Amino acid sequence: MPELTKNSAVPELTKHSALARFGGAVRWDSAVGALLLVLLICSFSFVDNFGNALNLSFLIGNTLPIALIALPMTMLVISGEVDLSVGSTAGLSGAVMGALWNAGMAIETIIPICLLLGVVCGLVNGLLVTRLGLPSLAVTIGTMAAYRGIAQIVLGSDSVTDFPTQYLDFGAGRIGDTFIPYALFPFLVLLAIAVVVLHATPTGRSLFAIGASEEAARFSGIRVKRLKLSMFVTTGVLSALTGVFWALHYASARYDNATGLELSVIAAVLLGGIDFDGGKGTLGGAIAGVFLLGTLQNAMSLQNVSAQSQIVVTGVLLVISVLGPRIGRQVAQARARRRTAAAPPPQAAPST
Amino acid sequence: MTVTATPVREEAVPEPAAGRRLIDKVFKARELAVAAVLLVMLGATQLSNTEFLSEQGIKDLLLNATILVLVATGQAVVVITRNVDLSVGSVLGISAFAAGTYLQDGGSSLIAILLAVALGALFGALNGALVSLGKVPALVVTLGTLYIVRGIDSIWVGSQQITADDLPNGFVDFGHDGIWVVPYLALLALAVLAAVGYYLRSYRSGREMYALGSSPEAATLAGVPVRKRIMTAYVLCGALAGLAGALYLARFGNVDSATGSGYELTVVSAVVVGGVAFTGGSGSVYGAALGALLLTSINSVLPAIGVSSVWVTAINGILLLLAIAVDRILALRVAAVLRKQAAQLRSARHA
Repeated sequence: MPELTKNSAVPELTKHSALARFGGAVRWDSAVGALLLVLLICSFSFVDNFGNALNLSFLIGNTLPIALIALPMTMLVISGEVDLSVGSTAGLSGAVMGALWNAGMAIETIIPICLLLGVVCGLVNGLLVTRLGLPSLAVTIGTMAAYRGIAQIVLGSDSVTDFPTQYLDFGAGRIGDTFIPYALFPFLVLLAIAVVVLHATPTGRSLFAIGASEEAARFSGIRVKRLKLSMFVTTGVLSALTGVFWALHYASARYDNATGLELSVIAAVLLGGIDFDGGKGTLGGAIAGVFLLGTLQNAMSLQNVSAQSQIVVTGVLLVISVLGPRIGRQVAQARARRRTAAAPPPQAAPST
Repeated sequence: MTVTATPVREEAVPEPAAGRRLIDKVFKARELAVAAVLLVMLGATQLSNTEFLSEQGIKDLLLNATILVLVATGQAVVVITRNVDLSVGSVLGISAFAAGTYLQDGGSSLIAILLAVALGALFGALNGALVSLGKVPALVVTLGTLYIVRGIDSIWVGSQQITADDLPNGFVDFGHDGIWVVPYLALLALAVLAAVGYYLRSYRSGREMYALGSSPEAATLAGVPVRKRIMTAYVLCGALAGLAGALYLARFGNVDSATGSGYELTVVSAVVVGGVAFTGGSGSVYGAALGALLLTSINSVLPAIGVSSVWVTAINGILLLLAIAVDRILALRVAAVLRKQAAQLRSARHA
C-alpha cells in the first residue's frame, strides 16, 4: 500500500514544483513564511511594546487555540474535506467541563471526559460524511449548530470561573519572565507529531493522494473512508482539547466560548497556502498563516487599529490568499508555455 | 444531482422516462414533506396552546418568516448553481443601515428600499466577479467578503444606532400592517418568490442555472455562458439580501453594527432543509421558502409549548442534519430501485 500511495501522489507534486521552478515563481508557503518574518521584524522595530516578553506571551497564548485546531484542519483540507464544527466542539467541551466542575467532579477526570466527547463529536461528523456520503460542508454546518445548541442546554448562560489555580496558571501563565507560555510545549509536541505524520509517513502521503483524486487513491488501495473518519475524529479531539485550553486560558467556561473560531482557523489555513480543493499544501505554511494573522492582529491592536478594521484586513487577506496562488500559477504556466513554445505545453488548463 | 447522474448509464430506451418520473416524485414529495412537517407542527402546537394560531399569532409567524424567505430565495439560486454565498448576513446588515441613514435624513421610503437593493446587488456583483472570474471556491471568497463587508459596516456604523423614532411613520407602518392576517411584507416576499420561481422554471437562462449546477463541464460544453449565469445568481442573491435589509429595518426599526451577523448559517440551513442540495442542480426556491418558514416557525412554537429557548439552536442543527441524511438515504434507495429496474429490463431483453 505505501508504494502505491507514493506513486499516485508524487507525480502531481513534482509536476507542480517543476512548474513553479520553471516559471521562476516562489512557493506560496515560503512566501507566507517570509511575509511572517518581515512582519515580525517590522513589528519589533516600529511597534511600541510589541517586543516585550509579556506581549509576546500574550500573542502566542491567544494564537494557540487557532494553531492547535489548524493542525488537524490542515490535514482534513488536504484530504478534500472541511470541518466547520470545530468552534462549537470547543465550546461544547468547555461547557461540559464547566458543568461537571460545578457538579463537583475532579478536574483530572473531567479533562479525559472532554476529550472523549471530542471523539464522539468527530465520529458523528466522520460517520455522516463517510458512511452516508454527505458533503462535509453541509454536515458540519449542521453539527456546528447542534453542538453549540447542546452546549447552551448543558450550561445555560452560566459562566464557570473557579477552576483550580495550578490549572489556570498553566493555561494563562508563562515561564518566569520569558515570552514562552507553558502551553506552548504541548503544542510544539503536537506540531512535531503532525509534521511527521503528514510529511513523512504513508498516512500523510495517502491524505495528499485522497485530496488529489479520491477515486485514484481508492483504486491504489488506500482505505479512504477509514482514513477520513480518523481525521474527523482527530479534529474532534483536538477541538475538545482547545476548548479545555480556552476555558483555562481565559479562566471562563461559557457555552459561547470559541464562537467563530472555525472561520479564523480556515482563514489562516487557506492563507498558509492549503488548497481548498485538496491535495496541496504544507503544515509549515498553515502554521505560518496562523501566526501571520495572529501577529498582524496583535500589532494592529497595539497601533490602536480598531477591531473592525482588523476584520476587513482578515477578509482581504483571505481573498488574496485564494486569488494569489491561482493567478501566480496561471502566470507561471503562461511563462512556461512561452518558453517551451516549440515543445507541447506540460499542462494546458489550470486545475480548478 | 447524484441521483440523476448515477442510474441510467445503459442504453437509453424507456428507463429515462420512468426514472425521471420517479425522481420527480421524490423531489415533489420532498417539498410536500417539509410542508407536512410544518402543518403537523403548527397543528399540534395549536392543540396544546389555543392562543397560538390567533389572528396576531399567524401574522407574527408570517412576519418572522418574511426576511428569511427572501434571503433564502436568493441563496437557493446560488446554491442551485453549485456555489454558496456566505456574505448575505453582512450584506443584509449594511443595506439596512444604508437605508436607515437615508431615511433618517428625510429621504423617501421607496428610494430607501431601492438604495438597499442596489447596494446589495453591488456586493453580489463583487462576489460574482470574484467567483466567476477568479475561479476560486465560492465558500472561501464569500467567507472573505463576509469579513470585509461586516468590517466596512462596523467602521461606518461605529456605535451609532438607528431606532424606529428616526424613521418616517409610513415606513414603519409598512413593516407592521397588512391585509387581514397577511402583512404587506409577506405579500412582497411572496411576489418575489413567485417571480424567481417562475424565472427558474420557465426561462432558458433559469434552466441553464440548473444545468450549470448539475455539471459545470457539461454546461460549458453545451454553450451555457457559465460566468454570466453565476454572475446573475450572485447579483440576484445580493439584491434580495439588500431588500431583506430594508424590510428588516421596516419590521424591527432598529439597526446597529451587529445586525444580521451569523445570519448566513440560518439561511444556508433553511435552504438545505428545503431540499436544495449543496451539490447543485436540484431543488426549488419554493422548497427553500418552506424550509425558511419551518425554521422560523420552530422559534415561535417552542416558547408557545413551554420549551425553553435554549433548545432552538440544537433543534435547528439536528433538523438540518436529519434533512440532508434523509435526503441522501432516499436518493440511495431511488438509485437502487432504478438499478434493479434497469437490470430486469436488460435480462428481459436478453431472454
